[in-house]
Parts: sequence; C-alpha cells; structure tokens
Amino acid sequence: MTTLLTILLVVGGSAVIAWPLGLYLTWAMQNGKTPVSKDLKSQTWTQYVMSMAVFNGLMFALCFGVLITQQFLPLNPDSRGPLTWDLVFNTAASFTTNTNLQHYSGEAQMTYFSQIFALMWLQFVSAATGIACLAALARGLSSRGNGFGNFFLDLQRATFLFLLPLALLVAVVYALGGMPMTLSGSATATTLEGAVQTIARGPVAAFVAIKQLGTNGGGFFGPNSTHPFENPSFFTNVVSMFAIVVIPMACVWMFGRILGHLRHAAVIFGVMLVLVVGKIAWSVYFESAPTAAFDGLPVEQMVGNLEGKELRLGAVTGPLWAALTTSTSNGSVGSMHNSLNPLTGLAPLTGMWLNETFGGVGVGMINMFIYIVVAVFLAGMMIGRTPEYMGKRVESREMLLAAICLLAHPLLILGGTALFASTPWGLETIKNAGPRGFTEILYEFSSAAANNGSGYEGLGDNTVPWNVATGIVMLIARYLPILLPLAIVGSLAAKRPIAETVGTLRTDNATFGVMLLAVIVLLGALTFLPAAILGPVVEHLLVVTK
Amino acid sequence: MKNLITSFKLVALTLLVCCVAYPLTVLAFAQAITPNSADGSLLTNADGEVIGSRLIAQSFVSPRYFWPRPSAADYNAQGAGGSNLSPSSPALTERAKALVSAFGASAERPLPADLVTASGAGLDPHISEAAALYQVARVAAARGWTEEKVEALVEAQAVRIGGALVPDKIVPVLALNIALDQAEDVRQTNP
Amino acid sequence: MSDSSKTPSSLWSANLLFPALGLSIRKLDPRQQFRNPVMAVVWIGAAVTTLFTFQTPTLFNIQITLWLWFTLIFANFAEAVAEGRGKAQADALRKLRTKTTARKIGSNGTESVVNAGELRRGDRVVCETGDAIPADGDVVEGIATVDESAITGESAPVIRESGGDRCAVTGGTKVISDRVVILVTSEPGDSFLDRMIGMVESSKRQATPNEKALNLLLIALTAVFLIVTFTLPPFVDFGLRQAGGDGSGNIPLPVLVALLVCLIPTTIGALISAIGISGIDRLTRRNVLAMSGRAVEAAGDIDVLLLDKTGTITLGNREAVAFRPTPGVKELTLAEAAQIASLADETPEGRSVVVLAKRLHNLRAREVAEPQAVSVPFTAQTRMSGVDFLTDGQPVQRVRKGSTEAIAAWVKGQGGELPAEVKSVSDEIAKRGGTPLAVAQGAEVLGVIELKDIVKGGIKERFAQLRRMGIRTIMVTGDNPRTAAAIAAEAGVDDFMAEAKPEDKLQRIRDEQAAGHLVAMTGDGTNDAPALAQADVGVAMNTGTQAAREAGNMVDLDSNPTKLIEVVEIGKQLLITRGALTTFSLANDVAKYFAILPAIFIGLYAATPGVEGPLARLNLMGLSSPESAILSAVIFNALIIISLIPLALKGVQYPPMSAAAMLRRNLFIYGLGGLIAPFLGIKMIDVLLTTLHLA
Repeated sequence: MTTLLTILLVVGGSAVIAWPLGLYLTWAMQNGKTPVSKDLKSQTWTQYVMSMAVFNGLMFALCFGVLITQQFLPLNPDSRGPLTWDLVFNTAASFTTNTNLQHYSGEAQMTYFSQIFALMWLQFVSAATGIACLAALARGLSSRGNGFGNFFLDLQRATFLFLLPLALLVAVVYALGGMPMTLSGSATATTLEGAVQTIARGPVAAFVAIKQLGTNGGGFFGPNSTHPFENPSFFTNVVSMFAIVVIPMACVWMFGRILGHLRHAAVIFGVMLVLVVGKIAWSVYFESAPTAAFDGLPVEQMVGNLEGKELRLGAVTGPLWAALTTSTSNGSVGSMHNSLNPLTGLAPLTGMWLNETFGGVGVGMINMFIYIVVAVFLAGMMIGRTPEYMGKRVESREMLLAAICLLAHPLLILGGTALFASTPWGLETIKNAGPRGFTEILYEFSSAAANNGSGYEGLGDNTVPWNVATGIVMLIARYLPILLPLAIVGSLAAKRPIAETVGTLRTDNATFGVMLLAVIVLLGALTFLPAAILGPVVEHLLVVTK
Repeated sequence: MKNLITSFKLVALTLLVCCVAYPLTVLAFAQAITPNSADGSLLTNADGEVIGSRLIAQSFVSPRYFWPRPSAADYNAQGAGGSNLSPSSPALTERAKALVSAFGASAERPLPADLVTASGAGLDPHISEAAALYQVARVAAARGWTEEKVEALVEAQAVRIGGALVPDKIVPVLALNIALDQAEDVRQTNP
Repeated sequence: MSDSSKTPSSLWSANLLFPALGLSIRKLDPRQQFRNPVMAVVWIGAAVTTLFTFQTPTLFNIQITLWLWFTLIFANFAEAVAEGRGKAQADALRKLRTKTTARKIGSNGTESVVNAGELRRGDRVVCETGDAIPADGDVVEGIATVDESAITGESAPVIRESGGDRCAVTGGTKVISDRVVILVTSEPGDSFLDRMIGMVESSKRQATPNEKALNLLLIALTAVFLIVTFTLPPFVDFGLRQAGGDGSGNIPLPVLVALLVCLIPTTIGALISAIGISGIDRLTRRNVLAMSGRAVEAAGDIDVLLLDKTGTITLGNREAVAFRPTPGVKELTLAEAAQIASLADETPEGRSVVVLAKRLHNLRAREVAEPQAVSVPFTAQTRMSGVDFLTDGQPVQRVRKGSTEAIAAWVKGQGGELPAEVKSVSDEIAKRGGTPLAVAQGAEVLGVIELKDIVKGGIKERFAQLRRMGIRTIMVTGDNPRTAAAIAAEAGVDDFMAEAKPEDKLQRIRDEQAAGHLVAMTGDGTNDAPALAQADVGVAMNTGTQAAREAGNMVDLDSNPTKLIEVVEIGKQLLITRGALTTFSLANDVAKYFAILPAIFIGLYAATPGVEGPLARLNLMGLSSPESAILSAVIFNALIIISLIPLALKGVQYPPMSAAAMLRRNLFIYGLGGLIAPFLGIKMIDVLLTTLHLA
C-alpha cells in the first residue's frame, strides 16, 4: 500500500507538474529573451546542426582541458591527483553527451574545480542542447514554416530561462533537505571507537540539482544518489525522482505545443506513460522477492531484496528509481543496480533499449520521433495511403534516415557486448560470474548507447578498452539520433503539405497509440530478446530451478 | 567561423552564470540558512571535536555499541560504494554466514535482513527498528543495563522513513550510540 | 484483356502454374535474387548451409538446407505467378504487333508502302477497309468503323472520325469499313501498345516510391536481425565458458542461418514484388491501363475526385418525365403535339418524349408519311426541332419544341406570345435541376415538357462511401448553377462546378492541389488534356483523343468514368496489402523466437553436460525436440509465403471505412493474427514432423 502510494505520488505528481512546466518551457523556447541575441536569425536544419556541433565541440574540448590539468587548477582542497588520458576522454565524452557514465569516483578523484567547471557546466549545457534540438525538430515539423530557429538562442533560453531557475529551486530544496553545500575540503572525524574517518563533502546541493533535472545523472559521489550526502532523506529522494522525470515529461508537451498538435502529444505522452508504468510494475514486483543468496540462512527478509539499498529511502526506491532513471536516460541510481534481482534488472535494461519512454531531456522525444515515423509508415500503408506525418509524405529518403537510426542502437549495444563478452577486455573486468557477468557488459554498452550513465557497477570499467569503447559509443549514440531526425524533418519540411481528410491517418487517437506501442515493443523486444534471455532471464531461472 | 565566435561568447557566459553565479548563490543560501547540514551534518562531542556525520555510517565493532549495516566500502567516506554483488552471488552467502554467526542468529531468532545486506554507498547511517531491537540484549549485557532502558533509547531515536507515507521506523546508529554514551556519562556523573 | 483473364479462376490455372514453377527455379540465379536484399540474405544463407551440409550431411542439416531453398523458390514462385498473368496478356497484345505494312503518304502526296515499324511521328498513312492500323495516331481525314476488340475486349466496332474527340486510333486495331487518313503520333517502340505490353509484362517495372521506402525499412530490419543473429555466438560462447566449458558446443551454422531466415522479414520480402505486379494486374483486369506503378499508388491517396456530370453521375441523357400544359390546354393535346414534334428526333431525349407520351397517355407512335410532313431537325441556330405538316407542299400546321427562349422567339415571329404561366413553370423546372422544353403549335404555346437528368442508380451510396473514405467528389458540368446545384444535391456530391469550361477544370485542380489535396479526374476531349496532365491521377477514356490519352496516366479501355472509384480502391488495396503483410511478418517473429531460442539455448548452464538447462523452460509451445522446433519454424516460414500468395495477388479486402476503423481492423487481423498464427502453425508442423519421424 505504501509502495503503491509512493509510486502514485512520484509518477502522478510529476505527470501533473509536467503540464504547466511544459507550458512554461514552450514560452521560454519560443518567446524567451536572451542575453546574446544580436544577429541570431532562424537557421536551416543544416545550419542549426552546424552551430550545435561547433558548440558541443567546444564543450568537449573545454571539459577535456580542465580534467587533464585538474591537478594544477584551483579549488582542490583535498589535493586530488591527475587523471589518465583515457579516463579523461571517457568522462569528457560522457558529460558532453549528457550521458554521465562515470568510470571514476567523484569524491576520490575529482577536484571541486573539475566538478563545477567541467562536469556541472556540461550538465547544464548538454541538457540545454537536447532541449534546443527538440524545439528545432518541432518547429521544423510544424506547418507554420518559420524555419528551425537558432541554436544559440535556444541554448541560452533552455539554460538561463528554464534549467537555471529550476536548478536554483531544487538546489535550495536540497539544501533545506540536508544536503551539504560547501567548498571546504573533507572533514576528519574521530569516531566513538577512536578510529579516524575522513568524510568527503563539497558543493553537493548545487551539483545534484542539475544532475537530476537535466537527465544527466552523474553523481558528485561515486555511489551517486545512494550516498547519504547526495540523498539524505526520503523527502529529498521523492524530490529527486520528481526532478528525474518532470522535464522529459514537459518536453513532450513542448513538442506538442510548438507543433500545434496537443492531442498528438497526449497520445505520445500516454504511450510513454504506459511503458514507464509497465516497467515500474515489473521491477517493483520482481524486487519484492528476497535476496536469493540468503536461502536457508536464518535471515528474516520482509521487504524484498535489500542488498545495495538505503533504508532511509524506503524499500520501493530501488526498483522505482531504477525504472525511472533508465526510462529518462538520467542514469543516477537510488540503489545499486548490480545488486537488483535478476529480472528486476530487465526493467532498466528495457528502458535503455527503448530509450524514449520520456527519455533524455529533449532527445527522448527526438528518439520517439523515429518510432513515430516507423509507426506512421506501417499504419499509413495499412489504411491504404502513402504514409504521411503532419501532412508531409514519408518516403524513401525519410525511411533511409530512420532506418540508419533504428540500426545504430542495436549495433552499438549488441556489437559492443559481443566484442567485450568474447575478449579479455570484458571477460577480465566482470564482477559477478555467470550470466550476471554478461549482464554487466550488456548493461554498460546499453547505458553508453542510451546516453544513460547508470551501470551495473563493480564492473572494472576504468580501463583503456572500456574508456575508449564506451566513449566512442556515447558520442555516436548522442549525435547520430539528433542529426538524423533533424535531417528527416528537413526533408519533410521541403515537401508539399497534404490536406487532412477523414481518410488521413490520425495520429491523435488511441488506435495510433496502440500502433505506436506495438511498434516500440516489437522492435525493442525482438532486437534485444536473445540478449535478455542470456542475461537476466537465465540468471533468474538458475535461481528458481536451483 | 561566426559559429565559433558566438560559441566562445556563450561558453564564457554560461560558465559565468552556471558555474560561478549559480553555485555561489546556493552556497550563500545554504551556509546562511542551514549551516550545519551545509557542512555535512557533522556531530561534535562536548569538546567540539568532530566525531562523525549524522548522515554517514561509521564502523562499530564493540558489543557496547549498536552495529550499523555491513559496508562493502568498509565505511570509507571518501571512497564509498556498494558490494555490487548479484543477489544470487555465492560471495553474498559467505558474507551473510559470517554475519549470522557474529550476531549469533539462529532459526528461532533470525537476523533482520538489513543487518546482512550492504547498502548502496556502504554508508547507510540507519538500521531498521527490528535490527536495533535485535541488538538490544547484546548492548544491554555489555553495558550492564536493563534491556528496557536500552529499548527506550532506541525508541527515542527511531524515526519514520517517510512520515505517514512510509511509516516503517528506522534508527540512526551514530546518534543512538552517542545517546548511549551520554546516558552512560550521566550515570557516571550522578551515581 | 482477353475475356478469359477476367475470370478469377485463372489465378491458379495450370497453364500459368507450370511455367511459373520452372521460372521460379530459374530465378534462383543470384543475379536475379540479389535485386531483392531480403531474399539475397536468404540465398547466401542457403548457399552457405548447403556447403556445410555437404560436410555434415545429417538428416536435420539436409532438411534445413532443402527448406531454405524452398523458401527462395516459393518467393520466386509468387513473383513468377504474378508475372505470368501479365505475360499471358502481353503475349496476346504482342500478336497485334505482327509486322504490318503501311501506306505512307509522301510529302508530295504520293503513296508508298513502308514497314509499319519505320513510321515516325508526323507521318501520314492511309487505311482502308480490312487494313490494320499501323501506328497510334489521329484521324485527320474521313470516318471509319474500327474494331478495337483486341485491345478493349469490346466486340462492337467503334466509330473514329476526324476532328472532335473521337479521332484517336490505336496501332494494332483494324479498320472494318471506310477509309481514313491517319497522322501518326508515336515514335517506333513507344506506341500505346508497346507501353501496354511493358506495363503488363512488368519487365520494365520500376519500384514505386512507397515500395522503395518499404524496401529500405525491410533492409533495416534485415540488418538489425543480422546483428542480432551474428552477435549470438559470442554471447553463447560467454555462457559456455562461464559454465565451465571450453566454448565448444556453440550454435551450428545451419541453426544460425535458420534463426536469421526466420527473423528477417521474408514474408513481405518474398511477396513485395508480386503485390506490386498484381496491383497493376488488377487494374488491367478492370480494363484500366496504368502508365506507371506510381500512378496506381497515387490513386490510393486521392482525396478529391473531379467527375463529369454527364455519363458519370447522370445517365448520358436527359429524359422526359412530365408534360406541363399551359392553362386551358389539355395535357393530352400537349402530349400529342410533343410526340409529333419528337417523332423525327432520334436523340435519346427525343425518344424519351415519345416513350413518355405512350406511357402516360397510351399514345402510339404514328408514322408520319413523308409527303404530308417534313421533319425539321435541331440546329444550333434555331435550337428547335419539329414537324411541318404539308398540304400541297404548303405548310399548314407547324409544331415545334425547343428551349423556352427559342420557342418564345418563334411564336413571337408569328404574332403569338409566351404565356407567363409557361415562363414560371419553366423557371420552376430549371430550379429543380430539370430542363424545360416548350412545345408550340403555330403561334400557340401548348405547354412544357419537363426533361430531367437521371442520376445513376446507386451513385448516391457510392459517394457516401467515398465520403467515409475521406474522398470529396466534385461534379463538373456545363449546366447553369441552379440546375447543377439541384443535380448535385440529388446525386449527393460534395461540391460542383457549374458552367465549367475546360480551363476552369485545370484551375480547380491546381487550387485543390495547392490546398494539399490529391486530385483524380477523368477526361476524354483534347481540351481535357492539360487538366488530365495536371491531375495526380488522370484517367483518359479510351474513346478519347490521342492527346487526352497521352496526358493521363491511366487509360480506361471501357471508357467508363465511374471506374475511377475502383481505381482508387485498387490503389488503396495495394498499400494495405503491403502494410498488412509487413506487420504480419514482424509479428510472426515473436513465435519464431520462442521456437528457436529455447532450442539453441537448451544445454546452456545445464547442471551436467547433456541434460536440459534452465532455458528449456522457455519452450512455451512444448515442441518435441530442439531439431524439430527449429525445423518447424523454418518450414512455417516457408509455407506462410506460399499460403499468402493468393492474398498478395488478390489484395487485402478493402471495405470502405474510416481510416481509424481500417487501422483497427488491420492491426487486429494482421498484427494480433500475426502474433498468434505462428504459435499454432509451428506447433502443428512440430507434431507432424514428430509423427513422421523427420525430427
């Protein structure tokens, strides 16, 4: 009962907040005034992508520069040392791409300067990049034909008018909730038993606020939001889960508003919500099974599997957070995913395989766009018309671009997993033996390809092969699914619009919702089913049949 | 080229706003309104020495104290982490067996699960109410107190996880142990 | 085009099937097979498996190999059958192209006999009774009856004459009587007949835009499943080693190929070209020739139909429906006069007056003896027709019928006047969409005959159907707006264009297209040609001019404008069939996974080698053995192609309904059906294989 109420509060509450937030976001992105606006005119899609690429290139370069020289830079009270080049490459790629896959441990390896000026900065601007690109996509699709907007304007609007005020609000709430916010170095304590404990701390509240809001997920501390400083209470925990999903949800409404098709957005929202709720139900159900390793031992297990979970966050947090953080490409964790029950892990994996059940800020909806194109294409044919979306025909060029997009995700995940599962690069780094080891590798590539950033931690992933491979995967998986959908819209925008009649495929009713759901589930499930069987499913069956 | 110039401008602007103005604002607010938790919820003894953080578990091995949940990071507060062991891992069984014997659990008196499972960060400052009550007898015996007295201290420290929403009770171990010591001090000063 | 091709039984007739069978084996040629990427993958898989089987010829491997080749042959068979039906038609047409000679008129007016194949655009040829017309062209001189049955299947000869809208002749047809001079309008090898042969034979068939797009989606799905399949051995290897093995016992090649072939969309891949061919074929069977597959596809998208009133919405002719006498005149008197005035009028309207008089007043048509009466035919100047009764060569009584204005002028010339009642009755008739014809005897106006356009039976329902499909109908007529509005209301069209000139039509099409509509129209006259060319689907009547036939992208050999509706349906059917089979193909994969994956993974993580591992539990269908499971899936995959050939050729049924209802219906049948059917099918095949001890 308390489980159900918590889920209802988090999911229902954020869904409710998402509506007015979407309204505000739309206003900010369409009409917001920005500090720099001179000579920033509406761009074509290619110009937009070009500006985005240049700015993101700078983001990567600056982050790389700061991290590689962090030992010489200020704000280093605990004298953190240098980082290896491959870790720096991986981390720069990770934060530039809004992934925040962390092959380092924040409190042990990063200076405050790195945390703030490299990582937190990217948590703002990479999230803003995602929102900007979605706004451009929606403008291109809308029939008003005012072009795609200007990337630099959009970036400022998303950063200053949207993310910044929200981050301030959440950071203040976090501070009130007991999160540390200091620039002082570690505290040294002498425990009651006389031992010495060094307690790492830092400007946590500010960092964690944007980490959650921007679907970044990169923690200040290694164990992310399981760390008591990063998530001190049940209250901050609920606020965090709100922060994880609310902007991705609002992005769907912004898409609908810019497009001028709110009902269409509502159908998309519904489909996403159904999938999210499905994943939550799945993970909560399977996580309520006790820890299998304690079978036959005198251990009283009342609330399911507690390994890797924090008591103050409540038993439901583990699976609920796991489903939410992977539905949205956030990647922060509220429990240790590698200690989730075997089948529970299928929910976060599915979230990353589909990667559009709200998804990353901005980009989640962009990912969904590809599935919409495929669904529209099949549904259009099934009603006997050349498929069309928003009054524009979907033809060879659009299908070609969508096809590449569809292909990239399984290629990066399954290809990477195959490579690492059969070489020492992966085999020598797994934490758990057996199918769980396979899942660790699969999860790492899924997380990188979904720009998620969570992990089946314990995997020894701070190695040159892991750092380079996942770095490359993150970069491809970030920019290809932004570039190709924009190219599709660029191609659609150039077409003669087709009038809407009774014979037109409606994309704003339940039937289309079912069609979309079927396409997502079929393509997602069919592609990753064998991997799922060889990882979580067989591990579960091994436990059950033992 | 124009892209590059504008990009540089915006890099400077965003750095200034997001990395200087924003964190300083939050810092000023937190240090002004909630100075203690802003510095890490540190607890000090009568002499003003830091003995730990209310939010960070520390190791207790003496039977006179309540023991926290096991930590895969050995209560290292600058290198925290979970066990990352699969729930079906044999290593987990081994660890559980060790803990079962340390607590002296038996089939008649099974050990609450949170005392066998490592938390996500290995720094979970709480144990469940059941886990605290489980240790009352040991602590009482070690200190030579009645169990009722120890139990009362446990109940005094116990809090609900999520208020009315999640009413299950948890107990902050460090705070409870400090309370134990304080009670001991009171007894010593007023025999 | 031959009559036999219209009967559906020819779908499976033996004389089509045997050549198709031979052809489907010949099509295994990799050069042919590699044009279809999905089937190319199957081909490579089959070839590799064959080599493997030569090394390890187990019963299982042999069966897998055979069924993989069967899969290809079945796919080829579908295409061959579709092509075969076209080929039969093409052969019949080709016979018409037998070498004929032509009497070419030189620039100096002299005739010379040349080979028909040498005729170029602009040449003039003479054709007389019994001559085959050597090339497409327009009659520029004379009139002749022409037998076009070879092309249209219509046995009654047609009239072709110079000038007007009936001047086009087609090469290969035959002059039955008289003599005409024809201006050749086509270059050699590019005649109407050539294009027709090309279309029905499908040898020059180009993939249509939607087909190309679908092909890309299928390639993407194939590539996805290639990734899925070929990452599986490393995954399994990981499991084998984790379970303590040395990595031996990984998936054998034939099993991997079997999985791949079952997962890639072979069903739609095998049938996609057959669907395209048969779409055009279905049109041809309805005697509509599409000049490109693109046009057929576009037909499905049409949402505005421009229909000529006459002949499409109304029967070609108006009919007399009532006599409205002038007050004081008996209706019988009016009827008699009207009948007399119409006796010599051979137009259908005239005949209908006679018929009405007979029906209402039992008046028999009397023969009017020539010496006593002279019939006055209708002319554009007088706009009247009638009879003058003579006595000694002098007219004593003159009866006329004609438009109210013409009669008014006529009686005025004799000192009479048009009564006000007649005028008001005429107006009233016009208002209702009818045509008033006044009848006068001498200076006296006897009354008015009410002529009415007869709206074709069932047309209103047809338009309602179209409306439900989202198609708007616009009636085009030369009538005045009042009449047009009345007929439009009666026929149930959505809109009309009154007093329309050909250029209005063109403008209207442009306007509709600018508003985002796709427009179809029919036309026959030369002045229709620009509009036909502008329309997204322009169906030219075969009776029309050469210019019209060149401009349209379809030709209706029956010259029946109502057929546009069927054309739209066929276009929709084509797309629906593709979409339905793609969905079906994709949904099938779930069951195939549950057949093959447990079979592949059965020994993985087993407690001891050789016994069933934990994943044996995924054998939801309870298939009897791993071999049987894999084989059943492959066999099902092959058989489903064969069993869907009729559907591919006939097309998915298209009951007119809204888009949403349509989507629900097809999603239910082909999505849900596609999910469930293979579970049943594979289980049945498994039982059969086990009973026959084949696995």
